[in-house]
Amino acid sequence: MQALYAQLLVGLINGSFYALLSLGLAVIFGMLNIINFAHGALYMMGAFVAYFLLNLGGINYWWALLFAPIIVGIFGMILERTMLQWLTGLDHLYGLLLTFGIALIVQGVFQNYFGSSGLPYAIPDQLRGGMNLGFMFLPIYRGWVVIFSLVVCIATWFLIEKTRLGAYLRAATENPTLVRAFGVNVPRMITLTYGLGVGLAALAGVLSAPINQVRPLMGADLIIVVFAVVVIGGMGSIMGSIITGFALGVIEGLTKYFYPEASNTVVFVLMVLVLLVKPTGLTGRAA
Amino acid sequence: MTALTDDTLPVTPRAIRDEMIVFVVMALLLASVPFTGVYPFFVMQALCFALLACAFNLLIGYGGLLSFGHAMFLGTAGYCSAHALKVWALPPELGILVGIAAAFVLSLITGYISIRRQGIYFSMITLALSQLLYFIYLQAPFTHGEDGIQGIPQGRMFGVLDLSKPTILYYVVLAGFLAGFLLIYRIINSPFGEVLKAIRENEPRAISLGYRTDQYKFLAFVLSGTLAGFAGALKVFVAQNASLTDVHWSMSGEVVLMTLVGGLGTIFGPVVGAFAIIAMQQYLAGFGQWVTVIQGSIFVICVLTFRRGVIGEIAHYFRRSL
Repeated sequence: MQALYAQLLVGLINGSFYALLSLGLAVIFGMLNIINFAHGALYMMGAFVAYFLLNLGGINYWWALLFAPIIVGIFGMILERTMLQWLTGLDHLYGLLLTFGIALIVQGVFQNYFGSSGLPYAIPDQLRGGMNLGFMFLPIYRGWVVIFSLVVCIATWFLIEKTRLGAYLRAATENPTLVRAFGVNVPRMITLTYGLGVGLAALAGVLSAPINQVRPLMGADLIIVVFAVVVIGGMGSIMGSIITGFALGVIEGLTKYFYPEASNTVVFVLMVLVLLVKPTGLTGRAA
Repeated sequence: MTALTDDTLPVTPRAIRDEMIVFVVMALLLASVPFTGVYPFFVMQALCFALLACAFNLLIGYGGLLSFGHAMFLGTAGYCSAHALKVWALPPELGILVGIAAAFVLSLITGYISIRRQGIYFSMITLALSQLLYFIYLQAPFTHGEDGIQGIPQGRMFGVLDLSKPTILYYVVLAGFLAGFLLIYRIINSPFGEVLKAIRENEPRAISLGYRTDQYKFLAFVLSGTLAGFAGALKVFVAQNASLTDVHWSMSGEVVLMTLVGGLGTIFGPVVGAFAIIAMQQYLAGFGQWVTVIQGSIFVICVLTFRRGVIGEIAHYFRRSL
């Protein structure tokens, strides 16, 4: 039973990363009409920025949690201003190709300097150790990742669905020209949206650094799983992305316990099943 | 939304004549390679990738569907051919057929699943499916995991052609490439190809004209996947191994890059792109991961400034279809 709970926890943690990444993808797709293939690379950058902050600047985990998303977010906004904005009006596929190229560049540069092995990132002192919950032993850091990710996801949902800024954002997703006519600076909003989505990816990267080590290719395989998550959940709803992300993480964790051979493939198999039964995805509109 | 390729020229007898002239020149150039001292292994490898890129281009350039998982057909056909040649000891021609058949079955299944979604979702689904296959091949016993299938016998094709002789192998690979290329050319210029282009340009209109667009796209997918499998089967004889690299997503990305560099939706573009990218990898082999960085930069530059690709730009300048 201990092992089952442990795998469930691992599943919840992976689910947090799926949720944070697919949430960012959905927000970016809504505004920019681009599937951000660079999302995995930017997630990796988040982890590396945290590593640099600690080892070069002596800046601890808590500040990294704030600064890494901001730094990577600014990097993302520069990408958007210098490259992505020129794709407006072109076929969606060019956005995928361009961001794929960006991902190759970023990952290639980091691989050149850091190889393919992992760099260690220590768990912050305040979150070391564990708790005995009676039915299982809970490492505090892992519990923290799940709860903190959940809070960030809910906060993002609240920002987009319940605030005035979010209302502008949703309106601009539906009809950018009309929103511009009302005097809203839509291009700036698009840039900020990309920064927000990318920042969420970087945040996931910082959270995963103490668990998965910091590796140049840590995001490369993850992004493909997140694509499958997005296909399953659809990108139409923020809450849909969050729930699908966590749910698939848990299912993956359960698979690791009951049938470990399939743990790498279960998300893809589920994607196939969903496509066969309900081609539009669980929450999605037809695309 | 603008279409992928903006200059669709009508298929006139003159256009076909021009294209056939270019084709003959290309075939003669390639046929003279063994006499020029160019390393034949390099050209054979490039020919396999050129066929793969042409097959991929059939789907994106004429069907408007960006598959990000074409490595799965290359790798699957490669593994199955390699297994048939080495373990079942089949002759080369049957080994190739086994690979093609495997790619055909795979494309029937993956096409049925992925064609249900359009545009960007289609790309993500094909990528996810190829990753699924990657993990299956990583664990399946017959692929020998990380080692791959090594030391594949080349054998005698039709009992007479000794494929272990580089020159004979070269002409067999060239013949395979040219046959595949002509088949794709025929498909593009067939009534089926015309309907495909119509769907790419304006799917709702094609539907309103009574075409079952899903069936056309499905058929295009199966043709493309099967031909990609043919490229994978040929590659087994050149490389004499089948490994996980051929199923990896980075391979799918390279195929996209080759076609993009040469020109999406052009007839000769994928061939030029494949030779350019393979040549680049040869010359820069000593630079480690910088090759990845350069490939990424080419993606970015192509998308931002050079969307027609090399052949596309030339064709646009001369107002010809190439």
